[in-house]
Amino acid sequence: MFKEMHDLFQWAWLIPFLPFLSFLLIALVTRRSKGLSAAVSILAILSALGLAIAIGVGVIQSWNGEEFVGREAVAAANWLNIGGLKIDFGTIVDPLSAMMLFVVTLVASMVQIYSLGYMHGDRGWSRYYAYQSLFAASMLGLVISTNLLQLFIFWELVGLCSYLLIGFWYFKVSAREAAKKAFITTRVGDFGLLLGILFLYNKFGTLDFAALSNAMNTNFQDFALIGGLSYLTVMAILVFIGPIGKSGQFPLHVWLPDAMEGPTPVSALIHAATMVVAGVYLVARIYFLFEHASPAALQFVAGLGAFTAIFAATIAIAQDDIKRILAYSTLSQLGYMMFALGVGSLTASMFHLMTHAFFKALMFLGAGSVIHALHEKQNIWDMGGLWKKMPITGWTFFIGVLAISGVPPFAGFWSKDEILAAALHNGHPVIYAVGLFTAFLTAFYMSRLFFVAFTGPSKPENHPHESPWTMTLPLIILGVLSVVGGLVALPEHNFAFYVHAGELEHEAMDWALAGISVVAGLIGIGLAYTIYVRKAIAAESIVAKFPGIYRLLKNKYYVDEFYLWLIHHIMDGLAKVLYWIDLYIVDGIINGLALFTRGSARTLRRTQTGQLQTYALVFFFAVVVIYLVFAIGEGQLAALNPLAMLGGVK
Amino acid sequence: MFDFNFLMLTPEIAVAVLTLVLLAIGLLIPQGARKGMMPLTVFFLLGVLAFSVYDFFFGPQGVTLGGMYIHDQFAGFFKILFLSAAILVALSSGAYVQSFPTSRGDFYALLMGATLGMMLMSGAGDLLTLYVGLELMTITFYILVAYWLTEEKSAEAGVKYLILGAASSAVLLYGISLFYGMTGSLMLTDIRQAMFATPISPVTILASVFLLAGFGFKISLVPFHMWAADIYEGAPTPVTAFLAVASKAAAFAALIRVYVLTVGVQTFSPPSIGGHWTGQNLLLVLAALTMIVGNLIAIPQTNIKRMLAFSSVAQAGYLMVGIIPASPDGVKGVLFYAMIYVFGNMGAFAVATHIGQAQGSDEIKDFAGLARRSPVAAAVMTASLLSLAGIPPLAGFVGKFYLFSAVMSEGFTAIAYIGFVMSMVSVYYYLSVVKVMYLTEGEGLPLVPVKGASKFTMVFTMLITLALGLYPTPLAQMAIAAANSLVK
Repeated sequence: MFKEMHDLFQWAWLIPFLPFLSFLLIALVTRRSKGLSAAVSILAILSALGLAIAIGVGVIQSWNGEEFVGREAVAAANWLNIGGLKIDFGTIVDPLSAMMLFVVTLVASMVQIYSLGYMHGDRGWSRYYAYQSLFAASMLGLVISTNLLQLFIFWELVGLCSYLLIGFWYFKVSAREAAKKAFITTRVGDFGLLLGILFLYNKFGTLDFAALSNAMNTNFQDFALIGGLSYLTVMAILVFIGPIGKSGQFPLHVWLPDAMEGPTPVSALIHAATMVVAGVYLVARIYFLFEHASPAALQFVAGLGAFTAIFAATIAIAQDDIKRILAYSTLSQLGYMMFALGVGSLTASMFHLMTHAFFKALMFLGAGSVIHALHEKQNIWDMGGLWKKMPITGWTFFIGVLAISGVPPFAGFWSKDEILAAALHNGHPVIYAVGLFTAFLTAFYMSRLFFVAFTGPSKPENHPHESPWTMTLPLIILGVLSVVGGLVALPEHNFAFYVHAGELEHEAMDWALAGISVVAGLIGIGLAYTIYVRKAIAAESIVAKFPGIYRLLKNKYYVDEFYLWLIHHIMDGLAKVLYWIDLYIVDGIINGLALFTRGSARTLRRTQTGQLQTYALVFFFAVVVIYLVFAIGEGQLAALNPLAMLGGVK
Repeated sequence: MFDFNFLMLTPEIAVAVLTLVLLAIGLLIPQGARKGMMPLTVFFLLGVLAFSVYDFFFGPQGVTLGGMYIHDQFAGFFKILFLSAAILVALSSGAYVQSFPTSRGDFYALLMGATLGMMLMSGAGDLLTLYVGLELMTITFYILVAYWLTEEKSAEAGVKYLILGAASSAVLLYGISLFYGMTGSLMLTDIRQAMFATPISPVTILASVFLLAGFGFKISLVPFHMWAADIYEGAPTPVTAFLAVASKAAAFAALIRVYVLTVGVQTFSPPSIGGHWTGQNLLLVLAALTMIVGNLIAIPQTNIKRMLAFSSVAQAGYLMVGIIPASPDGVKGVLFYAMIYVFGNMGAFAVATHIGQAQGSDEIKDFAGLARRSPVAAAVMTASLLSLAGIPPLAGFVGKFYLFSAVMSEGFTAIAYIGFVMSMVSVYYYLSVVKVMYLTEGEGLPLVPVKGASKFTMVFTMLITLALGLYPTPLAQMAIAAANSLVK
């Protein structure tokens, strides 16, 4: 059995290829038929899911009780050989990518099935499914990349697809703006990543993950580069700038909340599986670089992650839009994953990535179900009493809230606890405290959302109804996974053995710490209950007491405004100066050159007289001139003498 | 001791048979049934092509006919190139040839004759075989260029090509006779040894320059390029395509094998393998001149065929750059570029053929609004031109990259910079055509949808151009193998 499953690894390339094929099919063939387009797309992603599960089983089965047999399976085909640069296109199957393949294909399938109901009647139906397929294909290609350049290509494709899908309703100005914002903001991060890739290539002459890791392990002498930072540390930070953009870490987080302008299932996909976790995955994949760098690199990751976690959580408290709250909660949870990596626990980070994918996809799809039922209303204060009218959506959403709040035995409890335990045990008490406080905030704002929207009296102007089965089925599946998904952390399931880098960094359950974080979560839920259900404390009175803080949070710390100010005052000023230079100096030179080129072209053209005699004359004249130049150049001046030439024949 | 292994000549014999069969059929069958000659030619050539590809990888290598004919991967690579070009020309010419008032059955027979001549040139082991191949090719081209006899321009082009071609052949033949006089042999191997043994003399220089002029005429190397524009413009468009693509490649095949590595080893080869600085510098200057003149004169052209003619002069300059170092990498670059140049140029000429036939005009301004009137043709033209300009991810980019990196690694940076600058200049006139097709309205011009074989040709060349740009490795490996079979 193991043998067979292991043989399956060589077919891993099919996982991204199938959705890509579906993209081509829809774009070229079936685009006029709605039913066929959706069928092709869903069939492709479900097949990919099946294959991903089979490969996952194969990876688990290769555990022989002590170590993994045939743990990594790398297959690669040479793509380019230019100069010394040899670039492969290949697939890597190891526990890390196996888990990601499963998560991505699962969430993508759920989203695509869900979209059957949600996107019903949309004019861009086929286009939607084409983009969905391409999005899944890009992310899956990223996950199985064997080298940095291949990964970067898919990384950019993921960015492109998110741009296309966020701006899917391109006739809406806000959607267009959000799409541009997402693309440009993440491109800022990509610049750092690309610099890192180029520098790494320059130093090591390879971009292959295995070869890079090998080169760093064997006799690579790190050296100081700038400002007391070593070369590898600078590289690690440069590479990390990519994930800062892609995974919405402060200060490049601004695009993610706006990205909800796309259709809600797209938000679910972006937030749970295909876009933002790419950054976390990249750091995990190239973790060896961070390990070889000085501790400053990982400290930077940890610090930024923790800051993003609490920063986004505080903003979420003061938001009223259901999708916006979820968006900030994603930022906050991504912060968790990052600082888990930063404190040295790859396992905990990947574990949280997986459980978060389950419950975040669940809640976004649930929010979509609500928005669908209420005809595009997104403000939670316009909702209320939905639980009774929409039982399936209500219950599954409730599960999601409990999971993200870290209530046992739901999925989020296990992963969040593992992260916090890792932070404390690896000597980062401050980060632990931040994480714990964020857990409290998370429980509070998620319960606030739930209580306001789902419980209480229903609004008379709303006539909600439960969504069709295509939408509720994915909710139920994700709901089940959000309940049991955390159980893989139990020691007998060996999750930590699958996904780790270097020394095994598994935090066994620490029940004391777990108890503390559960209490923090419960306090949060209780506080929300007191304020929004019992109304024992009036929300307004709190706002009235701290108007400054409330305004600050409501306006998301004015980061967007600050960026706008920067652009209007600094960048525009700079742009004016550069425009002048461009207009009068650069253009002047270019136009001058162009005029010169055109002038010489006209002159040269006159040589083409159309006269046969001229052509023949030029031909023979050229032969003579070339001969003379050659002969004189070689010092054979005697060549000028025809008699000497004849002598040469002898 | 003389080895007559005719099996090695299988593709040549097949093409020769096809030539004769086509000639006979053309005379025997009535005018109406001649439509079937194009498919017959194409399918027969596909068979020969398949055999040649097999032969390239798995067939025997060696010399035959007592060394007069060489059957190596270098020749095999060029045979694949000529056959591909012939197939594409035949495919895109069907409707066009039918429309000739003087249409006889011999068009395809002549096409095959020229192809046979090229194949002989690529495998010639002595100067006489080479000359026979070259003349077989050239003389059939005289007829093909003037094929549209009732068209004044075509007849004029035929006469011009005949006179100038004869002049260049005379010079070439004179050069060959001088070499024979000096060494007493026509075999390339003998001449190579003799050239190494004797010091440079005025006669060797004269003979070399004569040969350079002869080949330079065929590849339209500046200053032997003057004929190109008038003949390209006047000839029937499919003939122009074949002339620009295949006859140029054949001359390059001869130039590489006969010239740089054998006859010119003393004069024009790099000093590192026994050549002289002057000869090498001369070649550098000629290559640079070719790139500069070709690209600059292409700018003010208003006729698509004249524009493509000067563009092909410029392309010859790029190819020449790869020859100068006489290294396996350089030869590989030339082979790779020559092959992708077939597909890039054939795409552009297929569109030009189509428009010329549908609208009766070759003026660039009559391409106005083509994006609306025939989206496929406009897209193919754009892809082809961008590939010729060397824009990634199309094949032309990779080809130029191989050429210029080969020459730069041998230390010739200046010529590479000239190449870069002139490539940028070329983008201007290529994009002018794209601009006309996409940004102008073209009111009053008819819809000209493409269909059938010519649509297939267009889309096929575009796909190949794109595929070879994205995944050049297989073709690059073939080119390396071919280059290594030559530069042992």
